[in-house]
Amino acid sequence: MEFSKEEVEHIASLARLSLSEEEKELFGSQLSSILRYMEKLNKLDTRGIEPTSHVLSLSNVMRDDIPGPSLPKEEALMNAPDHTDKFYRVPKIIE
Amino acid sequence: MLNFNNKSKVFIEFETENQQLNHDNSTEENRLKLYSLTISEVRDLLERKEVSVKDVVTSIYERIDAVEDRVTAFVTITKDEALKIADRVQEKITSENIKSTTSLLGIPLAIKDNMCTKGIRTTCSSKILSNFIPPYESTVTSRLIEQGYVLVGKTNLDEFAMGSSTENSGFHITKNPWDLESIPGGSSGGSAAAVAADECIAALGSDTGGSIRQPAALCGVVGLKPTYGRVSRYGLVAFASSLDQIGPITKNVQDSAILMNIISGHDPLDSTSAPLPVPDFTAVLGQDMKGIKIGIPKEYFIEGMDREVGISVRDSIKKLDSLGAIPVEVSLPRTGYAVATYYVLATSEASSNLARYDGVKYGFRAEGKDLMDTYLNTRAQGFGAEVKRRIMLGTYALSSGYYEAYYKKAQQVRTLIKRDFEEAFKAVDVIVTPTSPTAAFKVGEKTADPLQMYLSDIFTISVNLAGVPGISIPCGFTSHNLPIGLQIIGNHFDEESILKVAYAYEQSTDWHKRRPNL
Repeated sequence: MEFSKEEVEHIASLARLSLSEEEKELFGSQLSSILRYMEKLNKLDTRGIEPTSHVLSLSNVMRDDIPGPSLPKEEALMNAPDHTDKFYRVPKIIE
Repeated sequence: MLNFNNKSKVFIEFETENQQLNHDNSTEENRLKLYSLTISEVRDLLERKEVSVKDVVTSIYERIDAVEDRVTAFVTITKDEALKIADRVQEKITSENIKSTTSLLGIPLAIKDNMCTKGIRTTCSSKILSNFIPPYESTVTSRLIEQGYVLVGKTNLDEFAMGSSTENSGFHITKNPWDLESIPGGSSGGSAAAVAADECIAALGSDTGGSIRQPAALCGVVGLKPTYGRVSRYGLVAFASSLDQIGPITKNVQDSAILMNIISGHDPLDSTSAPLPVPDFTAVLGQDMKGIKIGIPKEYFIEGMDREVGISVRDSIKKLDSLGAIPVEVSLPRTGYAVATYYVLATSEASSNLARYDGVKYGFRAEGKDLMDTYLNTRAQGFGAEVKRRIMLGTYALSSGYYEAYYKKAQQVRTLIKRDFEEAFKAVDVIVTPTSPTAAFKVGEKTADPLQMYLSDIFTISVNLAGVPGISIPCGFTSHNLPIGLQIIGNHFDEESILKVAYAYEQSTDWHKRRPNL
């Protein structure tokens, strides 16, 4: 697997990362060598093997649907780079 | 002996002082070396009222003043707050005459800076969280607070716990107290170095692929990664949610068991925490080793492992044999696939978990001309190189057309790796391996080649993939006086067996008593 510059740019845009030209080049070659290493997984026959997403056999852990205390608005907003008294504020999306 | 046993030094000096001076005057000398003690030793002195909490806390900060500029283990030091807590706790001890054997009253601990501490900056050693003040407390630290602990400070890590050397911190590197030109391991390098340098009595770390055990090994201290689900992850900043676990980094095995008793157990705030009862982990310490079967996986004694590490680990197995354990060769045939599996799964989970850092709700924001531009700039400027690399790798593995080939394939191999352990634990009680293929390496030695850095986790990663518990304990030193770690792996929710074996080994050796000359 060799990453072209276009592929690096495609992945970066999916990940919402803007990369410098140097980063594109560096990551392209590093990711290629890491992925070549990962291709060793193809040597293993995994036909019919269930994938493991989680080691515990817990599923659908529910709590009772009773309202409890939650984070006060001021505290929820206190770490935001920009906010009003009720909302997070972001740059304009629609003209 | 290459190094003087610091702990016995404390008591030797006590006695000399006591002979020379009136008994009451020994308190001053007593206070000065308190930083070198363990949880149980400090607790005994506090219970006997020989020292005050303030003595202990002051001693820790004096030690930090003396060594921290060389070790740089901390991101944030919370001295003022700690001294206030010390006064409050002292009052509690004096007024209520508390003598609980499980409490941490007045014990100064350091916390890895990826666990949320309410009102105290929690950065993950990332620029993107450099100004983040959590409005809530993580479950583990809540439990420590209930027991009266004193927070010393928040320790350095590889940014978002991604790394094996703490060189990926967005702020500064941390040095290995045994050799200031070497790395302390990672990602909990700050916690391990702080414990080894006596800048705290003990610490908490987190372990996704070896991030507690490997730095513990490289710094000559004890690090335990519990079974997945044993300890709540609520308030632990997520890296790879199916692999992350919090655990103790301590000066000895007894302290590890003491902290496990406090931090373990079901938490309704973490839906992946296991609803199982928690045993008293200290109860197994000192139990007979006779008949315990220890598995030696042949795949872990490989080429590329440092010769001195191999010798120390083989000697440790002989020692366990002499203590009554029965060594049995076992096979974990899919070991060679663990690193590849891990770096597909961990980066995929990370790319998803780290999508939340968008410069809107918390953390750093770099303004852009529109919202998309703000996202792109915020993440470009806020994340360091390794974090970006892993987000890229994970995004690729999850992307359309590659999901089956990478992510699903790795999940299937994970099943096989888990089965390897299940099969091995049918025949043995614990598995013993080296923790890391080498002792601490030099600062800068592996930073240019990410894959070489990933391979330094080769012996710890399978344990996270299988979800089983593992502990690293000191088992020797190289000819350059660098610590070597022995890893003891247990079956799911059987931390008791690894603590029992670790304690028996530790008590028959004195590696854990050595301290670096700082």
